Amino acid sequence: MSFLNFFSRKPTATVARDRLQILLAHERASLGSNTDLIAVLQEEILAVIGRHVTVDRDKVQVKVDRGASFSTLEIGVEIPPAAVEKQAALDRTALRAS
Amino acid sequence: MAKVLVVTSGKGGVGKTTSTAALGAALAQTGQTVVVVDFDVGLRNLDIVMGAERRVVFDMINVIQGEARLTQALIRDKRIETLSILPASQTRDKDALTSEGVAQIIAELREKFEWVICDSPAGIERGATLAMHHADVAVIVTNPEVSSVRDSDRIIGLLDSKTEMAKRGERIEKHLLLTRYDAARAARGDMLKTEDVLEILSIPLLGIIPESAEVLRASNLGTPVVLSNPDAAPARAYVDAARRLMGQHVAMVVPGEKKSFMTKLFGRRVA
Repeated sequence: MSFLNFFSRKPTATVARDRLQILLAHERASLGSNTDLIAVLQEEILAVIGRHVTVDRDKVQVKVDRGASFSTLEIGVEIPPAAVEKQAALDRTALRAS
Repeated sequence: MAKVLVVTSGKGGVGKTTSTAALGAALAQTGQTVVVVDFDVGLRNLDIVMGAERRVVFDMINVIQGEARLTQALIRDKRIETLSILPASQTRDKDALTSEGVAQIIAELREKFEWVICDSPAGIERGATLAMHHADVAVIVTNPEVSSVRDSDRIIGLLDSKTEMAKRGERIEKHLLLTRYDAARAARGDMLKTEDVLEILSIPLLGIIPESAEVLRASNLGTPVVLSNPDAAPARAYVDAARRLMGQHVAMVVPGEKKSFMTKLFGRRVA
């Protein structure tokens, strides 16, 4: 660490405190209710998608960001091209029939 | 009326065994009868920290399995008459530590001693849950560091739900023992302050033990720090903490170590 670095360094304790407060608020809540809302949401959303296309579990990306005021859950599902085309074909048939 | 106290933390290496030895010695010095009990089956260390490693004949598992009487397994401290240690087994399987066996031993120790201090292993497995199960009082040892604080929070949750007292609907008495505290680094904003940790964990403070070379010196010697160097900052902090456990009001001082001229001059040590 250079001499200049030493003086421009920001205190890190407040960062530690804030991170802990957010994390523990979440951990206490999830342990208290014994269910992890994020896990439940993820399962149910994937089940719905699974009704229409075959979901490859290895190609599902789940990102969670636990924040102080709100959390975000991001689920990325890769849908195989075959499934998209098949659906499009079905749509066209349905359109012609009507 | 005997008190059963568990020294616990979740995280390893924060100073549970050091604190058990120091608090045990400090309480016993006042003339009260104290037994320190090692619950870390397979990785016992309270014996070596207390300097009794060469005198272990029987251990807690021997007693549980009926191979030895409790009085045969207890080792009397050579320095303080009222202090004893019950070692854990170094060779047996952890599963030998049964819930009934521990209950029986704690009940017997309650008859013989005024303080039963249980040194919990790290983690939240069987050894740790059994160490806290019968406790009336818990001392949660925490370093001013994120992983330690997080684990302490988890342990507090377990103390409030899994112990016998919690199951009876009573609230277990909990105290925070902040160890390895460096007042100068906290003042610079590079270490969580006592108030930060207290605010996050919201349990009362039992004491602040400063980071000190004396603690390692004490374990090198196999002597609790309150005996090896009674004037050292950590020794005084442990004695104060022990007095608070006995219900005395002792003003909380944030201990700063007396610094040598060279340390003052160069301030920052390479950690």
